[in-house]
Amino acid sequence: MTVPPPAPSAMPTYLGMPRFPDAAARAVADEGLRRNLAHATTTIRGRRAGAVAELDDWSALRESGKQIKDHVLANLGHYLRLLEERVTAAGGTVHWARDAAEANRIVTDLVRATGETEVVKVKSMATQEIGLNEALAEADITAHETDLAELIVQLGDDRPSHILVPAIHRNRADIRELFARTMPDAPPGLTDDPADLAEAARRHLRARFLAAKVAVSGANFAVADTGTLVVLESEGNGRMCLTLPETLISVMGIEKVVPSWRDLEVFLQLLPRSSTAERMNPYTSSWTGVTPGDGPSAFHLVLLDNGRTATLADDVGKQALRCIRCSACLNVCPVYQRAGGHAYGSPYPGPIGAILSPQIRGVGSPVDASLPFASSLCGACYDVCPVAIDIPEVLVHLRARAVEEGPRHPLERAAMAAAGWTLRSPARLALAQRAASAGRGAARRFRRLPGPLHAWTDTRDLPVPPRESFRAWWRRTGGGRTEEEA
Amino acid sequence: MRIALFVTCVNDTLFPDTGRAVVRLLRRLGHDVEFPEAQTCCGQMHFNTGYRDQALPIAEGFARAFAGYDAVVAPSASCAAMVRDWHPKLAAERGGPRPAAAVADVAPRVFELSELLVDVLGVTDVGAYYPHRVTYHPTCHSLRMLRVGDRPLRLLRAVRGLDLVELPDAAECCGFGGTFALKNADVSAAMAADKVANVRGTGAGTLCAADNSCLMHLGGTLTRTGSDVRTVHLAEILASTEEDPA
Repeated sequence: MTVPPPAPSAMPTYLGMPRFPDAAARAVADEGLRRNLAHATTTIRGRRAGAVAELDDWSALRESGKQIKDHVLANLGHYLRLLEERVTAAGGTVHWARDAAEANRIVTDLVRATGETEVVKVKSMATQEIGLNEALAEADITAHETDLAELIVQLGDDRPSHILVPAIHRNRADIRELFARTMPDAPPGLTDDPADLAEAARRHLRARFLAAKVAVSGANFAVADTGTLVVLESEGNGRMCLTLPETLISVMGIEKVVPSWRDLEVFLQLLPRSSTAERMNPYTSSWTGVTPGDGPSAFHLVLLDNGRTATLADDVGKQALRCIRCSACLNVCPVYQRAGGHAYGSPYPGPIGAILSPQIRGVGSPVDASLPFASSLCGACYDVCPVAIDIPEVLVHLRARAVEEGPRHPLERAAMAAAGWTLRSPARLALAQRAASAGRGAARRFRRLPGPLHAWTDTRDLPVPPRESFRAWWRRTGGGRTEEEA
Repeated sequence: MRIALFVTCVNDTLFPDTGRAVVRLLRRLGHDVEFPEAQTCCGQMHFNTGYRDQALPIAEGFARAFAGYDAVVAPSASCAAMVRDWHPKLAAERGGPRPAAAVADVAPRVFELSELLVDVLGVTDVGAYYPHRVTYHPTCHSLRMLRVGDRPLRLLRAVRGLDLVELPDAAECCGFGGTFALKNADVSAAMAADKVANVRGTGAGTLCAADNSCLMHLGGTLTRTGSDVRTVHLAEILASTEEDPA
């Protein structure tokens, strides 16, 4: 089977991002950011562990989640056609989008057909991925984010840095200043008390909800056998967007489909505990086509591929498509905690982003080729993943792809070839060890090394090689026996 | 029982004392240990950096060097995990069927030191003496790949004279990560700084772990920041006795 390569513009608003190490270095230098992130991620990490520990069947739930997703991915065509049939039968219209550009065109045309120039939005990763807001803006359509954190990101002309908490890199003093500066209806004397900030956003958004004729959402799940879409949220803004406007357009990655409500039940347990550490999220909204006199009178579902079928063709990498966007892997990741979300150059930061973006976009760009290496392979992400995505396995798999298909690094390639040649032969390894011992000098440790090794000695000493390697000692002393006798 | 020592290329080249400690310890417990001189490396650096074609012959060479032993002991959780978890997959993916069968045959008999002692040899009190305050960093691959659990701690608790103090946030990665330490040096150094702050906060004079690569990264950070905390491999503490102290 040949699979068309993913479009280079799979995430058009993230073109030309710097390599991960360069972007991460700037974040590491930002003490305030590191403190905010460490505090936020450590807090939610502890809460999640508590919420998961409450269930004695968590590992069985996790295995069920994994198997349901794998079953869907192995039969994706069947479940998508079934979903299309049921959504259509319930009065909705289904559109198929190969890539970001096609999805953006479909949504833009649908909004234009209503004659409206403003839409309200439910927080959605798929629309972040395709850069929908920017595409709508080019067509003179204004998209208003209604999730509090997304609103903060949008008002700040910023980018999201976390899947669940997109404004995690902002503290409440930042947010107060931002609201006072950018929100025309911000109350005078606004404080940085969280309740005050939430109330200001609530009043600001209320007017939008009441005026909106068109809403755009994503979907956490779609139940194929009833044609039902499902959104889980905490603030109630989603419920407003999904019920008040006349037209609802939902953009959903094709991997979000589940066979039945019985399968959905598993994820309604896995997702809230993993993401917000709640037993149950405050709002679960579901809708099936249209119902006269109740909710939107027009419903469109845009099914988005955008590199997903190419990912599905990779036997190791396809497990990334199990992801339910919970963020547990971000919250436990020591690299994410120091590098922040922006360094990942995509709306999908952290460990899942490091395996998702290079698959959706390919490994051709500097940032995508560097993402599989943005991990110490500590494995904490795999342990918390509610659908058991073996992220370290996919990372090392993608590293091989980056080396074999990505940008060339002649110096590294030569060093690896030389090391490989040495390590294939015990005689050559022994020779290299003797050379290292001979050149050890008087110092006890190296404090400054030339070339690429300066990256080590900038912050760390390196031990000098010993007078004698282990193998030389073993040979000289017969495994220590002549030494013992002496 | 024929036991072979896989000393690992890092220990062989930079930390021979650790290899000698394993030999001394196992002999003290009444087991002979052989050192197959055909051994070199597990290939983890090549594999984890994306150079699978370079890693494959190293993995196949490992299987040839260690064929026929009842158990292979490695004083490195990371290298033991590479062999046990990855060699069979790598050989199946890129190698021929016969070398792949040889690799799959050897891999399950490879043990990290604490696994060999506790699970295979059935000892937790190895008769060691180490009169120092020690804190233990459980390395990522020992915890989350090999799942050694508290085996190293059980071994350390049985050491006479040893005052074991708990390391806060012990399960957090130290930031070494192989070539990660060079490719993402800033993040790696930030992780080391936090780990080292926790180590210093314990007041321990010795930092112990089952991997010298992580200890090299932490020890290099400790000496650079003027600390006199020593980094000592688990094998060296377990080999230490009153007559022959580490």
